[in-house]
Amino acid sequence: MLTAQWLYGLTGCVVVALGLRAALLHPSLLQRIVAINVMGSGVFLVLIAVAYRGPGVAPDPVPHALVLTGIVVAVSATALALALVRRLRAERNDG
Amino acid sequence: MNTITLLVFDGLLLISIVSLAWAALATRDARRSVILFMAFGLVLALAWGRLLAPDVALAEAAIGAGLSGALLLAAVSEQPHAAGVVRPSISQNPGRAGTRTAVRWAITLLCAGLAGILGWALLQGLDSSARDTLAQAVAANLAISGVSNPVTAVLLNFRAYDTLLELAVLLTAVLGIFALGQARPGYQCAGPVFDSLARWLAPVLVLIAGYLLWVGAHAPGGAFQAGATLAAAAIVLRLAGRSHIGLPAGGSLRLVTVAGVAVFLLVGLVLLLLGRPFLGYPPAWAGALILVIETAAMLTIATTLVLAFLGGRPQALWREPGVRRDAPPASDAPGAAAPANESAAPSLAAGTQEQTRC
Amino acid sequence: MIDVLAAVLILLGLGFYLAGSIGLLRLPDLYARLHALTKADNLGLGLLTAGLALHAQDLFTSAKLLLIWLAVLAASAASAHLIARHARRRETGT
Repeated sequence: MLTAQWLYGLTGCVVVALGLRAALLHPSLLQRIVAINVMGSGVFLVLIAVAYRGPGVAPDPVPHALVLTGIVVAVSATALALALVRRLRAERNDG
Repeated sequence: MNTITLLVFDGLLLISIVSLAWAALATRDARRSVILFMAFGLVLALAWGRLLAPDVALAEAAIGAGLSGALLLAAVSEQPHAAGVVRPSISQNPGRAGTRTAVRWAITLLCAGLAGILGWALLQGLDSSARDTLAQAVAANLAISGVSNPVTAVLLNFRAYDTLLELAVLLTAVLGIFALGQARPGYQCAGPVFDSLARWLAPVLVLIAGYLLWVGAHAPGGAFQAGATLAAAAIVLRLAGRSHIGLPAGGSLRLVTVAGVAVFLLVGLVLLLLGRPFLGYPPAWAGALILVIETAAMLTIATTLVLAFLGGRPQALWREPGVRRDAPPASDAPGAAAPANESAAPSLAAGTQEQTRC
Repeated sequence: MIDVLAAVLILLGLGFYLAGSIGLLRLPDLYARLHALTKADNLGLGLLTAGLALHAQDLFTSAKLLLIWLAVLAASAASAHLIARHARRRETGT
């Protein structure tokens, strides 16, 4: 186990916990969406840390592909969530 | 000496990451939170570069920091006050203050416990020895995959099914965005500085997108990064107040939006008909098939991200039920509304009725 | 020799970044802070990319680094202009 792996992996766990706490407790809806994105970034940190193999060695490409997929899915989920927020605001302003 | 400097660099980078995440989530101002989130994404892209993940770094900088930030900023600037959509019940019930604090502490402790459990599981997983089997399988089969970049090989050949489903997720998000409302109104025409920047930046971004698509076969790059760059070009044009931002109109827009999933499925089904497994490319054709699929995926990803930024159905494209497109407006509509209704197909106009002439 | 020159250029560029960061934190006004930031983007990044271009393996990489600097130059200048104009308009109520 390399130093960089557990350093970055543990940071990823901390970031996941930070994001989850804010996603549950923050009063602002928009910032809860930001918190879920932060959680996702923490998960990506863990995955890429696990894929790292050392300074000169090629890393494991499978977690990289997973994270790439995850980034795109996260942005599309964020886009849908923001469209929902927009519709929610419109409904609250009208009704 | 080298390991110590690397350790110091790692420490600083990780402290920055945690501090930015904390600051983005601790502030009450939504706009500040979004901007700190964008900075968090960029520092994260640095971390991906340090961990030898250049494909992921490109995608994080373009999509995670750039496009997510643009989407969130567009949402923040729409809200009437800084705090945004606030939960009414928790903050205005003083009688339950004690319970509220207890719940907050309980959730904080549970999240800390979750971090502990995840960390413990991570350390257990890192200690085990059988971790390299997938990486070895990828390295052994890279020569027949049609590309020489292992991440592209995994994404578009070995795990092509996952990428197909990911494009289906994008399509679902677009359908949801279409169903929820109409696009945001356009922006005012940009001044000379931003207009000239947009004027030369858009073609350069298109060129870079084409380069990223092509180079993804043998170097860091690929369809996702290229699609994000293409979307950035359209968003820059949109922010400069232009009505023509490169999106096709009407049926062509729907076609481009489903092109990613459609081309992928088509390739898979044709291969199935030819007797090969679903999405099992023949090694002689793998490179060409991957390029075709990546091109369609790039166009779809770009269109999806632009539509996400627009926030809804682009107004010029849909016929609302009961309104004939070519009928003259019954009331004395202002003169600007008539040309907007008559211009049947050319391009995507801004959400408002007047044609912005930028 | 090339490495020493590259290191000197990179250190000078970092000096500009340090000045820009200190300016961002300590200067009183939005316009003054923008001024400090754009110095970091222009000269700081220019010296940094010059050092990296000297250190690069081939001419293609150096050309790409130069293009990156030009793009950031234009984008940061335009962004600073837009931010300052928006702040000015909000101040004077236009």
